[in-house]
Amino acid sequence: MTDADAREYHLVIASRFENIELVHVVIEDALRQAAASDDQRHWIGLALREALANAIKHGNRQDPAKRVDVEARVSPRQIRIRIRDEGAGFVPDAVRDPLSEENRFRADGRGIFYMRRLMDEVEFRFGPEGGTMVTLVKRLDTVQDTDTNQKEEQR
Amino acid sequence: MKIDVRVRGGVQILDVEGKITIGRGDVALREAVQQQLAGGATRLLINLKDVSTIDSSGVGELVSAYTTVTNRGGKLKLVNLPPKVNDILQITQLITVFETFNDEEEAIGSF
Repeated sequence: MTDADAREYHLVIASRFENIELVHVVIEDALRQAAASDDQRHWIGLALREALANAIKHGNRQDPAKRVDVEARVSPRQIRIRIRDEGAGFVPDAVRDPLSEENRFRADGRGIFYMRRLMDEVEFRFGPEGGTMVTLVKRLDTVQDTDTNQKEEQR
Repeated sequence: MKIDVRVRGGVQILDVEGKITIGRGDVALREAVQQQLAGGATRLLINLKDVSTIDSSGVGELVSAYTTVTNRGGKLKLVNLPPKVNDILQITQLITVFETFNDEEEAIGSF
């Protein structure tokens, strides 16, 4: 697969936590086809799950009538995932720091932190009529890259 | 996600298998810990050997379980952390909060 024939995916799910599994399976398969490494598939999958959980829980307040819209573009070089909910939005700068002492023992507030640590880019945008759109980008270390590196080392 | 409970050396060991993630796994873990506490257990060891994925909700449940057990004068420890579970606790600097072990015998002996 080359950048020219990158694959695009569009999924729309009702706001139920079990639907996270559906999206995860599709993106996992897309990453597999792009020859992403096992580690990257795991961490991208986790960041994806955090973004979907936020959209369902905080954005759409688990209202199954509200939809979460997922678009992904996967090339051998990178994956870009855009997740949009129908919620009221939030102020990203107001999100608590999970590393500070007063938040250390809180049960919540780590999802966005994990997303930022696991992906290369995490961007939030808010629609004029509500709705949060988060874009996740990760450059891929593909198995092909590893093979190429090994061949170059052998030269 | 599945949780089996067994007792060794006076320690309740919760063998967790599958995903500790939002919606099901996190709830199952919370209920299992509460059930043990309701039964009078004060020494809990969570065996994470067969956990494939943990998300922020799962991490939150581990933290909640830790504080609940500790506030009741009990102890909650972790054993057999897979590398990716270890990494996710490292990222949020929680690995230093929990007492963790690679060996079950050693973990049981530490209570």
